[in-house]
Amino acid sequence: MNEIMNEIEGIYAVWLREAKIYVREKERLISSVISPLLWIFGFGAGVGSTVNDISGYSYQVFIYPGITVMAVLFTSLFYGIYIIWDRKLDFLKEVLVAPVSRASVFAGKVLGGVTDAMMQVIFLLIIGLFINVPLTLPVAVAAFLMLLLISIAMVSIGLVIGANLQSPEGFSLVINFVMWPMFFFSGALFPVSNLPAWLAGITALNPLTYGVDALRGIILGINHFPIYLDAALMLLFALVAMGAGILSFRRM
Amino acid sequence: MVIKTEGLTKKYGKLTAVDGLNLEVNEGEIFGLLGPNGAGKTTLISMLCTILKPTSGRAWVNGFDVLKEPGMVRKSIGIVFQQPSVDDLLTGRENLAMHNLLFGVPRELRKQRIDEVLSIVNLEKRADDLVNTYSGGMRRRLELARGIMHHPKILFLDEPTLGLDPQTREHIWEYIQELAEKECMTVMLTTHYMEEAEQLCDRVAIIDYGKIVILDSPQTLKNNIVGDVVKLKQQSPDIDSLRKLDYVKNVQEKDGLLYLSIKDASKHLQDLLAHTGTIDFVEVRSGTLNDVFIHYTGREIREAEAEGGFWERMMKR
Ligand SMILES: Nc1ncnc2c1ncn2[C@@H]1O[C@H](COP(=O)(O)OP(=O)(O)O)[C@@H](O)[C@H]1O
Ligand SMILES: [Mg+2]
Repeated sequence: MNEIMNEIEGIYAVWLREAKIYVREKERLISSVISPLLWIFGFGAGVGSTVNDISGYSYQVFIYPGITVMAVLFTSLFYGIYIIWDRKLDFLKEVLVAPVSRASVFAGKVLGGVTDAMMQVIFLLIIGLFINVPLTLPVAVAAFLMLLLISIAMVSIGLVIGANLQSPEGFSLVINFVMWPMFFFSGALFPVSNLPAWLAGITALNPLTYGVDALRGIILGINHFPIYLDAALMLLFALVAMGAGILSFRRM
Repeated sequence: MVIKTEGLTKKYGKLTAVDGLNLEVNEGEIFGLLGPNGAGKTTLISMLCTILKPTSGRAWVNGFDVLKEPGMVRKSIGIVFQQPSVDDLLTGRENLAMHNLLFGVPRELRKQRIDEVLSIVNLEKRADDLVNTYSGGMRRRLELARGIMHHPKILFLDEPTLGLDPQTREHIWEYIQELAEKECMTVMLTTHYMEEAEQLCDRVAIIDYGKIVILDSPQTLKNNIVGDVVKLKQQSPDIDSLRKLDYVKNVQEKDGLLYLSIKDASKHLQDLLAHTGTIDFVEVRSGTLNDVFIHYTGREIREAEAEGGFWERMMKR
């Protein structure tokens, strides 16, 4: 009992530190607000003016679920870079030498990253109301939960990469090779229903495709795969990513 | 035995940082590891506190095997790392609060413990400022406060006073001694400051190239190995005949000067000078750990080769 309490307090301690720093480092907040705005208003509205409506929605609204997924993807994956800085500046040693399991340290870090990403999600949901995305309260809650699951998976992947690399430069390099293909081949910017076979094949292998599909189903009612399949695959992916994360933290 | 190692070894590729170390530290003891930069002190401590895996050999801390029961080891220890590890973007108090949570300090004791250690290291007034506004010395003090806050059974201090001004340094020595006595805490500290080892430690292991060269109390080391040191200058000294004198333990020549280790110089000086004949210069002083170190390694621990790590890192911030 006491042991469990210790682990929970350990998770809380690691999370609290991340949350405090998130609030104090204004750059993190600002950048996480600016980039989705550019995508929705710059890209979505711009391209939307030359593209026909898709399934009865304007292009801007059609890509809204994809943009929220993208925002979560980018923030979550990039969060892994902080573990490299922590290690470089030796902040992490204090945590690694504490009588708290590595699984708890990992869980605390995941919660920290998820907090970052979900703050952004809340902001994006509010923006959605202003651009005529059909968001009711149940829809918003369901979307939030799905994005939470995606965020847990992606923060875990980012932390796995961060825990296994030594330099921030190396991290940026690797993460670009993970992030952009995941984003482009997820159907965030286009419907996955009538793609050429090779592209359909790649998107079907990309776990994020199911996240985007789920979200588009929840918000716009457009599903390519059954929603329970989307959710189940995303959950599976998150579990695998967390397992890899715990292993990586044990070796650190 | 609170700390015990058997053939503890760490290799980095071809380099053997810690080389088959056998060591026993008793409960309540302040134990010093004295050695130059690169001797393997930090590597040894890292293995004992379970953040580095030994290449071979075994070690027990507080009776727990560092490889098999790292969790139990961590519950028993506090550590002040050589490199500062307090969090820059938190306040001093927040750093301590986080430590309380991580090290399972009982809830009802937390606030009291924080206030206690803050007053010990004299940081009450700055406790609510962000650590990135602290000076190097203040960070060091905060780190020390954090290391002792959960009242560990064994405290590891890796160069605890590196880069501190002499006044703060002595203040911290006093405090470590007091704490070790009051809490019956065992302390293992590394240092390359001779005075630190001499004043603070019950026993000292001189460590060089990952091996223990000699281990004893500072007093015994000084008396038995060097005794007093007589520095002599003479035109053409007859070193061999000096060596034959029964009270002369060792003779070394350096930069045209002779250094003689002598048992009880006050008694034998007259005889010595009668033996040498005319000299240009003589100086007598009591031996120090530095002389012990030179005796065993043929080198001197210089402040100049002190590790730059701490200050370099401070400058980079
Ligand atoms: N991570 C590492 N990789 C390779 N060599 C290392 C590493 N850490 C320490 N060393 C080497 O091991 C030796 C002992 O280092 P260290 O334990 O830090 O010495 P000390 O603390 O006594 O100054 C040094 O030669 C150092 O260069
Ligand atoms: Mg060192």
